[in-house]
Amino acid sequence: MAHLLEVNDLEVNFALRWGDLTAIDGVSFTLDKGEKLGLVGESGAGKSVTGFSIINLISKPGYISGGSIIFEGRDLSRLRREEMRRIRGDRISMIFQDPMMTLNPVFTIGTQMAETVLAHRNVSRHDALDLALDKLEKVYIPSPEKRLTQYPHEMSGGMRQRIVVAIALLTDPALIIADEPTTALDVTIQAGIMDLLQELCDAENMGLILITHDLAVVSQVTEKIAVMYAGRIIEMGPTEEIVNRPRHPYTKGLINSLPWGRKAADRLTQIPGMMPTLTDIPPGCAFHPRCTVSEAHCLEKRPDLQPDRARDHVVACHNLGMLKG
Amino acid sequence: MFAFIVRRVIQSIIVMLVISFIGFSVQHNIGDPVRDMVGIRVSVAEREALRDKLGLNDPFLTQYFRFVRNALHGDLGTSYFHSKPALDVILSKAPATLELVFGSSVIILVFTFPVGIYSALRPRSWFSRFVMGASTVGVAVPVFLTAIALIYVFGVELNWLPAYGRGETVNVYGWESGLLTMDGIRHLILPSISLSSIMLPLYIRLIRSEMMEVLETDYIKYAWAKGLHRKRIWLVHAFKNTLLPVVTVFGVEIGILFAFTLLTETVFQWQGMGFMFLEAVERSDTALLVAYLVVVGAMFVVINTLVDIVYGFINPMVRVTGVK
Repeated sequence: MAHLLEVNDLEVNFALRWGDLTAIDGVSFTLDKGEKLGLVGESGAGKSVTGFSIINLISKPGYISGGSIIFEGRDLSRLRREEMRRIRGDRISMIFQDPMMTLNPVFTIGTQMAETVLAHRNVSRHDALDLALDKLEKVYIPSPEKRLTQYPHEMSGGMRQRIVVAIALLTDPALIIADEPTTALDVTIQAGIMDLLQELCDAENMGLILITHDLAVVSQVTEKIAVMYAGRIIEMGPTEEIVNRPRHPYTKGLINSLPWGRKAADRLTQIPGMMPTLTDIPPGCAFHPRCTVSEAHCLEKRPDLQPDRARDHVVACHNLGMLKG
Repeated sequence: MFAFIVRRVIQSIIVMLVISFIGFSVQHNIGDPVRDMVGIRVSVAEREALRDKLGLNDPFLTQYFRFVRNALHGDLGTSYFHSKPALDVILSKAPATLELVFGSSVIILVFTFPVGIYSALRPRSWFSRFVMGASTVGVAVPVFLTAIALIYVFGVELNWLPAYGRGETVNVYGWESGLLTMDGIRHLILPSISLSSIMLPLYIRLIRSEMMEVLETDYIKYAWAKGLHRKRIWLVHAFKNTLLPVVTVFGVEIGILFAFTLLTETVFQWQGMGFMFLEAVERSDTALLVAYLVVVGAMFVVINTLVDIVYGFINPMVRVTGVK
């Protein structure tokens, strides 16, 4: 069976005055119908850029400079503007990070939901609002009729994010890209939104790309995890594999910095140093300055993803042999 | 919305009281009405008697309240020069000024929005670069220079448009209007362009920068992600948010537009309130000056209140605070 989404060797550049800067360098992954993938990494790793490049909405001056993005048999990076518009918000929906900023403050929820339907379906405004009401019920919003006439500022952050989820569902998309959907919310609200997303994706057999810096969140929702560092995927595999048997020193560091499975008195470990900026990515393996097991040869060549042990588990590290699982 | 309007009206009344108080204090402190009325030959005793009769020896506040009471009855004093109620003099001149401000506002609205929005959407195009360059120059050129240049080119050299006066006017229920005849409209063109020239560059820049800022927001990016048509994103989503600050600034700037009618009307011999005001200054017609202050103040307050109410309709957050 063909994949729902197949990203091949994606490269994203930012055109700056003094030349191009590569933000995403050779990212490849696949997603099947109904599959949920977590894109994990620190800020600046390129996970959001990867997400936005799928619907060709990278902020200027970024552009897709190489590779292909095959979605439902078509290469999205080569579509014309109108063809791309028809896919955005219809076959692929997005959920943004901050629900306080996502909804336009001067239009009612009803308007913002109906316009999405009207941009993709040839129905009356009345029918569009009926559909909106239906989806608001699906995301468990209390008194949905009232919400349609309300403005975004009349609702809490969690409520707004539910509305954004409802908007994502309006056109029954095949894929939802959620960019840090719970980062801006209270912890108690976060779990609710994540459960909702998971439930809806399972019920409607929708694919999900969950972009987050929070390994704890992805590990509970997704079947697959891709860990990104400095614009590349450095480890990818089934969630259970990555969480329990991480291979890359960076992934290990991420997992060790999580509080689960520890005694209260344990200190959390952290990865020393910071993610390099795009202008000075180290030669060879970009992680070597922060790596605890780096050797001289790590500076010479960039490691490629190579299969490791379990099927589908790939890692980009020169020192796999030395690392003990 | 109702509470919001009521609150705005109360604020307007307070502002009007302050304006009238300042106006009255000015009149009270400069010049002596009795000397203006009688000549130098009247004796001191007679002057005192006249003062008593006119209530000029009453305490300041008593006189002020009398002034306000009279003003509420439509009596803003008598113009010495015209020997007519000051309000009548002003109202007879008001249509000319209002039509001039109206003409300029139309020019501002028609030009700034399309140009501002276009140069925000296509900041690198040669047209946008040209507009930005021209507006820098435009801000620096004084109105009277623009006016004289326009008169010279279109009035004298090309002889396309009349260079001064209001032209043929029609009296509609006491309103001397130049908008109803071709001749009147032709006369209105050059003064309106001159007056609008102070606002055009400013507005184009304001609309452009606000629009560019709005285009960078998350909700616009989200609108793209929803797959909306770009016309809807630009002209509905981005435009309505751009309007908010622009409307606010317009409320303030319209006062400046009135202030600049003084210059424009003088250059074009436009028989409006600004022209009248400068004449009144030359003739030390204090009653007329104070009346002008109060009337223009009132117009300013009314326009600003209307602008705030319009703002309330565009911005849902203002409406909610008003309801509470």
